[in-house]
Amino acid sequence: MAARESRHAVALVAPAVGLMLVLLFGPTAAALVISCTDWEFGAAAARFVGLGNFRALAADPVFWKALGNTLLYVAVVVPACVGGGLGLALLIESRQRFRTFYRTAHFLPVMSTLVAMAVVWQTLLHPTIGLVNQVFHVVGLEGRNWLREEGTALFALALIGIWQNLGYAMVLFMAGLRSIPRDLYHAAEIDGADSALDRLRTVTLPLLGPVTMFVLVMMAVRAFQLFETVHVLTKGGPNKASEVLLHLIYVESFEFLRTGRGAALTVIYLAIVVGITMLQTKLVERRVHYA
Amino acid sequence: MAAIELRHIVKRCGNANILRDVSLGVEAGEFLTIVGPSGCGKSTLLKIIAGLEEQTSGEVLIDALPADNLRPKARDIAMVFQSYALYPHLTVFDNLALPLRMRWLTPLQRAPAIGRFLGRAGRQRIGQAVQDTAEFLEIGHLLDRKPGQLSGGQRQRVALGRALVRRPKAFLMDEPLSNLDAKLRMSMRHELAALHRQLGATFVYVTHDQSEAMTMSDRVAVMMDGTLLQVDTPQAIYDRPSHRQVAEFIGSPAINLFAAHLERGRMRADGVLLPSHWDIPDNEAVTVGIRPEGLTLKADAHGWRGEVAHLENMGADLFVHVRTRLCDNAIVVRMSPQQGGLKIGETVTVARVISAPMLVFDRDGRRIDPRREMLSEVVNG
Repeated sequence: MAARESRHAVALVAPAVGLMLVLLFGPTAAALVISCTDWEFGAAAARFVGLGNFRALAADPVFWKALGNTLLYVAVVVPACVGGGLGLALLIESRQRFRTFYRTAHFLPVMSTLVAMAVVWQTLLHPTIGLVNQVFHVVGLEGRNWLREEGTALFALALIGIWQNLGYAMVLFMAGLRSIPRDLYHAAEIDGADSALDRLRTVTLPLLGPVTMFVLVMMAVRAFQLFETVHVLTKGGPNKASEVLLHLIYVESFEFLRTGRGAALTVIYLAIVVGITMLQTKLVERRVHYA
Repeated sequence: MAAIELRHIVKRCGNANILRDVSLGVEAGEFLTIVGPSGCGKSTLLKIIAGLEEQTSGEVLIDALPADNLRPKARDIAMVFQSYALYPHLTVFDNLALPLRMRWLTPLQRAPAIGRFLGRAGRQRIGQAVQDTAEFLEIGHLLDRKPGQLSGGQRQRVALGRALVRRPKAFLMDEPLSNLDAKLRMSMRHELAALHRQLGATFVYVTHDQSEAMTMSDRVAVMMDGTLLQVDTPQAIYDRPSHRQVAEFIGSPAINLFAAHLERGRMRADGVLLPSHWDIPDNEAVTVGIRPEGLTLKADAHGWRGEVAHLENMGADLFVHVRTRLCDNAIVVRMSPQQGGLKIGETVTVARVISAPMLVFDRDGRRIDPRREMLSEVVNG
């Protein structure tokens, strides 16, 4: 009886476990193994080099530049999206009128194809014919070659990143706002917390805790995934000023065909993303779920 | 303590009339219950008193002063919600302290970082008040917990405490007991009534449970479909409901209602002669109401024959549901379990207890009073 039951259990779980092995753990394990070799894409043989690839990366300034740029990009995009998304959601939810319109308008960038939109941004940011510089010119400011200057390239990409992810954060916050019981606002009003700021501090923000947590993780993971705009607009340039981890992985693996080195980068990238996600959930979850 | 007066309150939401011309006076220190089926507008009325919703027209007076332009905070009224509406992220202590912090501390003293160093005296006073209230409600040992770690009854007490802690002029309660289990609800009824006596404060209590209304209040206001049908003491509402709907709503099991008509001055229902002390024109169709305790089962009496459909033994009382030709519903008769021996399906005769009051309602459902000179006779049989 027990044996039959456990046989059934294995049979039922097997497909899911199989898929997870093939699609998730398999590639991860493969990346781990390849990262310890000097395999080059298409080569017939590979040599085991241990941590050689990682040591080489640690000595490579381009890797450190890419890592720093990625962190800077995340540090700009995540707070802007979380703060901006919350602000937008609060503004839109505070009035009945045009609610659906605003929501749709702000959500459009999320649904659009980023590669196509990157081209639009390229035109907007074009040094001579771009709308941005034209506007700068009209108000008497000096325009720049936004995507081709070391000082601005990464921030131009961050701006596009914010533009793309803001609506996503906003929609999540709007759903969160709607799930706050109206009674709590009423109680706060009777208790005397009836100014906008007090209401925000007493009810809205604390009750949005779990949602904020989720948005934070989502935004961070999405920001770490920065690739398309870099690939289409800057190729990591100028002078590696906009080089980021994911793009570097691509360049190493598929342009220089140094697959072993690319795999080592992938392992580092994965470790960072998994680490951040775990840290965020572990640390903050304890404080935002009121059980 | 505050008297609350409502004058011609109307509330419309789009095309829906939620409240139609409600006028009500609550005396200072009174326990008044607004009772009615769900959706009758009673919670809306409470929110209008609290200032959480705005009436379409009419006036709210608190202590004889117009309160319409006052925000909820300035009305100095506390409210207990059905969902308790406790702040889930705050401890019980902070839940209780919040209304005081909002009133006794300046915005600067409440500010996140620097506030901690300011307003020490105020903070001590708040701590003391919270302790006192917590001890009063016997929740002193729960002060460090969060609402999620409390049982329903404990949350209920915390919600009460948050209302109590600032000693408001009046308490508004919106179905505060309906999320509790039956046993706890009964004991909380006593506690609330005792609390009211101790505080001497004005209580306005909203419920859909008529037994809560009957057992706790000084006066009961019965509300249906946005209109107050009757405001009176529980006993008066039970004995002399102004309206058929009130009679149906108050009392458990519900009053027996059936059609009767007048023929040459004599009232009959399904052929059985009833007292005829009412000034009603001939051939007028009326509805007669007799409570279960006003009926009895007698083998050879002049009454309505029927079949026992259901027996409800409550221990002290036995309610016999008898299916008759009088009305679609079974007629409910209160008997003593000692008079038992009844079986389902048995044929019995339902008779009126001669001395029991009988209510008569006209076609529109309004109660018709018996003729004055006959009043004593009706009561005494």
